[in-house]
Amino acid sequence: MSIKTATPRPPTRVQHTLKPISRRRIIVDQLARWLILAACVLALIPLAWVLFTVVSRGIDLVLSLEWWTQSQRNIGPRDYGGGAAAAIQGSLIQVGIAALISIPIGVLGGIYLVEYKEKKLTKPLSFMVDILTGIPSIVSGLFIYALLITTLGASRMGFAVSLALTLLMIPVVVRGTEEMLRIVPNELREASYALGVPRYRTILKVVIPTSISGIITAIMLGIARIMGETAPLLILVGYTSSFNANPFSGEQAALPLMINVERGNPLPPGQDRAWAAALTLILIVMALNLGARLISRYSGTKK
Amino acid sequence: MTAFYPPDTEPKTKTRSTGRGGDRTVAFLTSSAGIAIIVTVVLVGVFLLWRAIPSVMADQVSFLFSREWDVSDTDDLRFGILDLLYTTVLSSVFAMALAVPVAIGIALYITQYAPLKLAKPVAYVVDLLAAVPSIIFGLWGIIVLAPFIQPVATFLNSTLGWIPLFGDGIKSPGTVFTAGVVLAIMILPIITAISREVVDQTPLLNKEAALALGATKWEAIKMVVLPFGKPGIISASMLGLGRALGETIAVMIILSKPAPNADFNPSLFAGGETFASKIANNAAEFDSPEKTGAYIAAGLVLFILTFVVNAIARWVINRRKEYSE
Repeated sequence: MSIKTATPRPPTRVQHTLKPISRRRIIVDQLARWLILAACVLALIPLAWVLFTVVSRGIDLVLSLEWWTQSQRNIGPRDYGGGAAAAIQGSLIQVGIAALISIPIGVLGGIYLVEYKEKKLTKPLSFMVDILTGIPSIVSGLFIYALLITTLGASRMGFAVSLALTLLMIPVVVRGTEEMLRIVPNELREASYALGVPRYRTILKVVIPTSISGIITAIMLGIARIMGETAPLLILVGYTSSFNANPFSGEQAALPLMINVERGNPLPPGQDRAWAAALTLILIVMALNLGARLISRYSGTKK
Repeated sequence: MTAFYPPDTEPKTKTRSTGRGGDRTVAFLTSSAGIAIIVTVVLVGVFLLWRAIPSVMADQVSFLFSREWDVSDTDDLRFGILDLLYTTVLSSVFAMALAVPVAIGIALYITQYAPLKLAKPVAYVVDLLAAVPSIIFGLWGIIVLAPFIQPVATFLNSTLGWIPLFGDGIKSPGTVFTAGVVLAIMILPIITAISREVVDQTPLLNKEAALALGATKWEAIKMVVLPFGKPGIISASMLGLGRALGETIAVMIILSKPAPNADFNPSLFAGGETFASKIANNAAEFDSPEKTGAYIAAGLVLFILTFVVNAIARWVINRRKEYSE
């Protein structure tokens, strides 16, 4: 009986049930493919366009030595000359102080989240870092204003900007550190414990060295993020065209503020300076970004 | 000269250390960093509330439902956030509507279509968009992009003008429309990055099953990849929305301030002010606690708004995690 049913059916009938894909389905499939490709191209246009605009309008001033060594002191709105050195110096000081405060807090916070998972505070901490990640930069500026200037009676100064920037940088460093520590294989920790190494030495000598390049990448991305921040600066510090290396008193220039002031000058020298300052800012931020990527690529945490 | 120690007080050498001291120090340092972060975030809320409440109490008009904003007389504060709320939400939602389809397209291209050699560079270039400081997007948006997209605005206005959203606005390019397009560009990288990550986790077997059953590539994406990635894409869009709500300087540069006491105009082609741009525009006038308090109150509403949006985003993605684990 089984011999009969095993007889193969004529192959033609099988082929008959497998119809070719209908033309409509092919068209939809191809349409989707082209739309998706178009989305990619569409996204690349603004980047190229912004970069082209900034470079073409700002390159002349940026290529001069004066731009990197002089301030805008005593340079009128109608005159060319002077440079962005005061603004660069101010930006570096404000961002530098912010980085000095955020790096230890951020890295230690990240270590706490991963290496001390059993502690009660990790859940609330993770939640708070999420809030901090989403906090608009203007709100962090308002908070420092309410704390330092309205409540403690301080005046506007570069240091206030640093504190506001700290709030924006900490979550980037915490999350970056956390991510990097999480990919350190547990076997490494267990091997270390098995050899009788205490926990803190395991963290300092095994976990951190394994993930240090990733942590540095996170720090650099954090610095790149706050370097271009403008909103807190508008609230917390006045602009000056002169050098001021003291973040604790008086007005202090910064690159974003310089762009904001010069864009308000409708004359060609002002517009040129605004674009040149924009190019300077982009160069610094992109250099930080590229540096971060290179570090993570060439000395990346071994999985 | 050698020191003499009685046997029971001999100092412990390094090798004998149990590590308790070091353990305690490191645990103390890391937990204090954690506590510092928690305390700071709590302080942000407390200080904003503390500084905002007196001004809101002294407000002569409804804080939530008034369109007025006049804080020049500290004895007669009149400020309401209705207009700010409308412009903020309109520009951000418009930006999200523009950015999400493009972001999904890029995420699908990188994970499903692109040859391996091209996937990484494309992802990297989109990430680079996030590295451009927002003030530069603002400057470029109003000077270079705005004249270029003006014809689109004119066309929408002339064909769909009967819908209030596309009604007549202002002549200058500093419209909510321009701001929304620039915001869309600015939030594109964050939406793309997260969607990409989620879409990439689609189980390969499910996709191969769909293809084996005769689905075309697009059908497999539509039936397997997109449903799988949906919570992640929603969450990414919400995070992008949160970013757009709080964006300050680009919006401030682009948007034209409406004349005082101007009639409410719901159109995309009108000017306006968002919470953030209002605060930044008036930063120079923070001279009395009452006045500053009014702006801090606006900042507090913005803080709550972004917090709620971000919380929804996290809730959506976490819920999925619970299901899939």
